[in-house]
Amino acid sequence: MSAISTARTDPAAPGTRPAQTPHRSPSLRPAPNRRASRRETTVTSRVTVTALLGLSAVYFLFPLWWLLVSATKPFGEQFSGSGLWFDGFGLWDNIVRLGEQDGGIFWRWMLNSLMYCGVGALLGTLFSALAGYALAKFDFPGRGAVFGLVLAAVLIPKVLFTLPLYLMFSSVGLIDNPLAVLLPSVVSPFGVYLARVFASQTVPDEVLEAGRLDGAGELRIFRGIVVRMLLPALVTIFLFQFVEIWNNYLLPAMVLGDDRLQPVTVGLVGWNASHVAVPPPLVVIGSLVSVVPLLLAFLALQRFWRAGMTAGAVK
Amino acid sequence: MSHSSAPGAVAAAPPGARASGRPVRHRPLSRAAKPLLFCAPFLVLFAGMYLAPIIYAAVSSLSTIRRSGLGLTAPTKVFDPLGNYTRALHDDAFIGSLGRVALFGVVQVPVMLGLALGLALLLDAKSARGKGFFRLAGFLPYAVPGVSAALIWSFMYSPLSSPVNRLLAHAGVTMPFFGSDVVLWSVANIVTWSWAGYNTIIIYAALQSIPAEVLEAARVDGAGAFRTAWSIKVPAVRGALVLTTVFSVIGSAQLFNEPAVLQPVSAGSISSAFTPIMSAQSAVAAGNYPYAAAQSVILALLVGVVSITFFKITGRRESA
Repeated sequence: MSAISTARTDPAAPGTRPAQTPHRSPSLRPAPNRRASRRETTVTSRVTVTALLGLSAVYFLFPLWWLLVSATKPFGEQFSGSGLWFDGFGLWDNIVRLGEQDGGIFWRWMLNSLMYCGVGALLGTLFSALAGYALAKFDFPGRGAVFGLVLAAVLIPKVLFTLPLYLMFSSVGLIDNPLAVLLPSVVSPFGVYLARVFASQTVPDEVLEAGRLDGAGELRIFRGIVVRMLLPALVTIFLFQFVEIWNNYLLPAMVLGDDRLQPVTVGLVGWNASHVAVPPPLVVIGSLVSVVPLLLAFLALQRFWRAGMTAGAVK
Repeated sequence: MSHSSAPGAVAAAPPGARASGRPVRHRPLSRAAKPLLFCAPFLVLFAGMYLAPIIYAAVSSLSTIRRSGLGLTAPTKVFDPLGNYTRALHDDAFIGSLGRVALFGVVQVPVMLGLALGLALLLDAKSARGKGFFRLAGFLPYAVPGVSAALIWSFMYSPLSSPVNRLLAHAGVTMPFFGSDVVLWSVANIVTWSWAGYNTIIIYAALQSIPAEVLEAARVDGAGAFRTAWSIKVPAVRGALVLTTVFSVIGSAQLFNEPAVLQPVSAGSISSAFTPIMSAQSAVAAGNYPYAAAQSVILALLVGVVSITFFKITGRRESA
């Protein structure tokens, strides 16, 4: 981790300045006179702006707050009361019940999700890095065509490939096989795009040239030098892909009929649809348990997300 | 892996050694091939997982499945290039799903991006306090996977549990979130909730890159906060807005997760052909693959046309 946090080559640099850049920070001095100085902010404007932002925060946080409160209530009381404040504590008991339903399948789903997302994102990041780096740093015939393909693929909805993929997989007998989820997940045109942006920003040609003069092979230069320089960017690409795979519901829902192979999202939606067989409170608790790890990861790795988003946006 | 061992004995060789020596025959070839080898794993999988499905879909959409009589005999596949396409264009459910998603996009995308732009401008305002907290609050929904967001909101909407309706009950109001006229906007709200913060961050980042001198000049010229926002900040984030619009339009076209999750609890107001993807999926479920493929192709073409048109329009205005 230390290598990441202390890396000099921070992809977050372009476009993502820290929140309080010196020239923009509001003066600490209170406004002496509303009309005299437009530079200072007035109480009215501060109150208005903060109130509007507060309203947006209520909108964004309300459902998550309800989820947290409801999942901690004693089992069976998830839908009683206003749902806005804690009422008895049953979180541990709820989690135990969650694990007992259908022979402990919930934790199996969580493991499946981690496996699909972890392996898919790891391989996807590696392949994206290789391709993005080559697109950024080598001049070779077909480079423009490859990059054009990548851009076009970023713009085409991934969901549209899912139905034909399902048909292809069923004709080669890959249905109910983890590979049917992993193989498409490993391909990330957006990852290649990000890797290309980051590589052209952070890997100086001189370093590569020096490596070549030292007689190192291209693959060795990549492993030994480029990967290190790109590490923060690779974390970004990994995170984006991890979440993209976690978010892809249609693909696993179609290619995995066996519920022991499903990721947690598909499993929970299945529970939600079968109100009779599975008590709805379990879906509430399961939603909280499945969302918390991602939320924590987001909070811990915020700057990487912003780097990826803005690199994707600033062309 | 370690740096220090990298040069080794080879390092001693002078640069000129490249021209002579053993590997010279292979050098030119490998020089050109290496970047392609770097791209190979991606390209191979890309061909298999992106290009092949497109071709597969296009080809299989050209045959029609014929069921004879009462459907007692096995259906047969007949080459009929336009059969599925004519059927799709006469399929009220499919056309309805296209119209529904178009309406969704026309309303939801501007509302969401308006909200995102407003929030970004508020965050960028000098009067804003607690920026870190508010940015995080908007960002958190993006961290919730789409399906989980839909599950959570299904509890917000469900008559059984809706905390929103519990609050509104004090005022004697009940929102029929699953009403057939309302349900599309219930879905739109989930999408807006999930993505507004994401778009806010992109627009906010663009605002941050406006040079301080420009803002200072506006201030000296006597522009107030609103004038500066309208005449300087909004034009400066046009690129970000175009990009977020295109991504949002594409997102609308593939609307699936939210309605699919709400469907079982919607008491029938979300049909199995609520969106084009759902329609195609139900064709797959009914065993009519070629018809599903034709629907996918039509949707892909429409998305492509809309995206390109939008880029063209915004690009032209920029150069004009």
